Amino acid sequence: MSLIIAKNLKKTYTAGDITVNAIQGVDFSIESGSFVSFVGPSGSGKSTLLNMIGCLDPPTEGSLQVVDNDITRFDRREAALFRGKNIGFVFQDFNLIPVLTVFENVEYPLQMVQNWPTAKRRQRVQDLLEAVGMADQGHKYPSQISGGQKQRVAIARALVTNAKLVLADEPTANLDKATANRIIILMKKMRDEFDTTFVFSTHDPRVVKNAEIIHTLEDGRLAKSETGNGGHHA
Amino acid sequence: MLNIFKLAARNLMRYKRRTFLTAMLITLGVVAVLLFVSISGSFKTMMIGQITDSMLGHLQIHRKGYLASIDSLPLNRNLSAKQVAKIEQVLAGENSVDTYAMRIRLGAMFSNFAETTNIRLNAILPDQELNTVPLIAKRVIQGQSAGLIEKGDILIPELIAKGMKVKVGDAIVLVANNKDGSVNGLSLKVRGILEGIPGPGGRDGVIHLEDAKTLLRITGVEISEIAIRLKDMDQLPQTYADLKAKLSSIKNQQGQPVFEVHTWEKLSPFFNIAKMIDLMTFFIRIMLVAIVLVSIMNVMIMAVYERINEIGTISAIGTLPTRILGIFVVEGFLLGILGTAIGTVISLIAIAAMNATQISFDFGRQTGLLLEPTISAGEVVVVVLTVIGIAVVASLQPAYKAAKMDPIEALRHV
Repeated sequence: MSLIIAKNLKKTYTAGDITVNAIQGVDFSIESGSFVSFVGPSGSGKSTLLNMIGCLDPPTEGSLQVVDNDITRFDRREAALFRGKNIGFVFQDFNLIPVLTVFENVEYPLQMVQNWPTAKRRQRVQDLLEAVGMADQGHKYPSQISGGQKQRVAIARALVTNAKLVLADEPTANLDKATANRIIILMKKMRDEFDTTFVFSTHDPRVVKNAEIIHTLEDGRLAKSETGNGGHHA
Repeated sequence: MLNIFKLAARNLMRYKRRTFLTAMLITLGVVAVLLFVSISGSFKTMMIGQITDSMLGHLQIHRKGYLASIDSLPLNRNLSAKQVAKIEQVLAGENSVDTYAMRIRLGAMFSNFAETTNIRLNAILPDQELNTVPLIAKRVIQGQSAGLIEKGDILIPELIAKGMKVKVGDAIVLVANNKDGSVNGLSLKVRGILEGIPGPGGRDGVIHLEDAKTLLRITGVEISEIAIRLKDMDQLPQTYADLKAKLSSIKNQQGQPVFEVHTWEKLSPFFNIAKMIDLMTFFIRIMLVAIVLVSIMNVMIMAVYERINEIGTISAIGTLPTRILGIFVVEGFLLGILGTAIGTVISLIAIAAMNATQISFDFGRQTGLLLEPTISAGEVVVVVLTVIGIAVVASLQPAYKAAKMDPIEALRHV
């Protein structure tokens, strides 16, 4: 079953007289529960594509269905509600809220976005922190933990709402090789554990090899789609 | 909602120095306003009390047209016995009226047998006068103040006493024209010297009403003015309106109103000073509003600018724009609360300290007036609510900007 279906997807940016065709007619579909990577050099359109899938940036043309919703029709509020319910984000710079503890960062989407009751919320956060191996670090602030730990927390935050889809834009770009590998392995483990679809972008070949499906973008076009070394999905 | 407050408080604590400085600026504004309001308010209340309780009363009733020609103290515009009776009947029906005093105002020649000068006189009935303007006895700076005045005595204003070199116990002569133009004289003994106070009648001498009637050859009842004291000064506007309505309905044969009623505000020039104090208070409040508005808006604009990436993050993970708006508005609100709370506490302590140290000051010819600043709970509440309201308003624009921020642009911001 396809979680994401993109047809003739285009994105054009205009700045004054300059027009940039960031995505130029892309077609693809992503199955539920898959572990997919978009790869390509800088400027190839990876981030733009992820932003469109994540309802952060509307396509200029084409259709894009995510979790059975035509997300091109969403207004800002609808897009925010959809993201809060269905999509988790993992950022290159971790993007944890510095004034909240690790526990509170993971708790944030449940508390400020989904309004879960306290007891249920806390249990869920604790479960997620245990799943990412950060249960004993919950009281610490982001400034008190390492980059790898921050990304673990970010993954926990992305998964805490039972998101159907996690989008990770260059999740290992700011990590050393060993930590980057551990993060990818953790993401995969989380996929297996929570049956969540992971879509991430990278241009790091060390990370690409762990993907199950690899879509290669070049100049805003899908150059090729292949099965990766880490995959069992076709 | 509690979560928004927690997040807002933590964000304020993130920049402790900036939060502290902004809160202090608001504190300074609150202290300035509360102290000014308390000191100027107390000064105003005290001066109004001095004026109404030592001379004017809270209200005065005259025959129509008297006030317009009060400089000449016209005897032909005195109230007749019938008119006085009518006024007394109206006053009896006013529950807010505590007491009233009948007066004859007149001008005369004052002679110490060596020199002669003009004098303006207020002829009174001492019991009525002491009940209506109880502080008048305190204006007797030399001589006997008990009982205020007796027949055959005169209280002379300080300036005439000095100018004419008249002392307590001296004999003097008053010469006056009655309303028919005939001249009469009366010998009186100086009972005391009266301190002058600003405003109409503040430098008048005082004699007994019966002596005035003798001097002016008045056989029946003739009264220039009736000064009224209310049970509660706060009832002044309502009582004035009631009396005006009742008295203006009494008309003469030509269909014109017979009486006029005035509050102390119309009678005393100090009312203009009181209005100026109110105006200054208003401008001080405007300055407070400007301080709070500019400082909080500045801080919140900075806060939004510094947290653009963070706004992008919380927006991306599904935080609704209204909630983002709430986070920043609550930050401004808390900043307002912090500054106001500190400012209010400091102000109340300062007011208590000023009362404890018994600061005295001079006003015009009055010396040693005690500064007793007070502030009502209502005034404090108004200032507090104003500051907090302005803090919220000042946060709205930056908060709105944060809420409307494009998450993609925000996430790209470095």
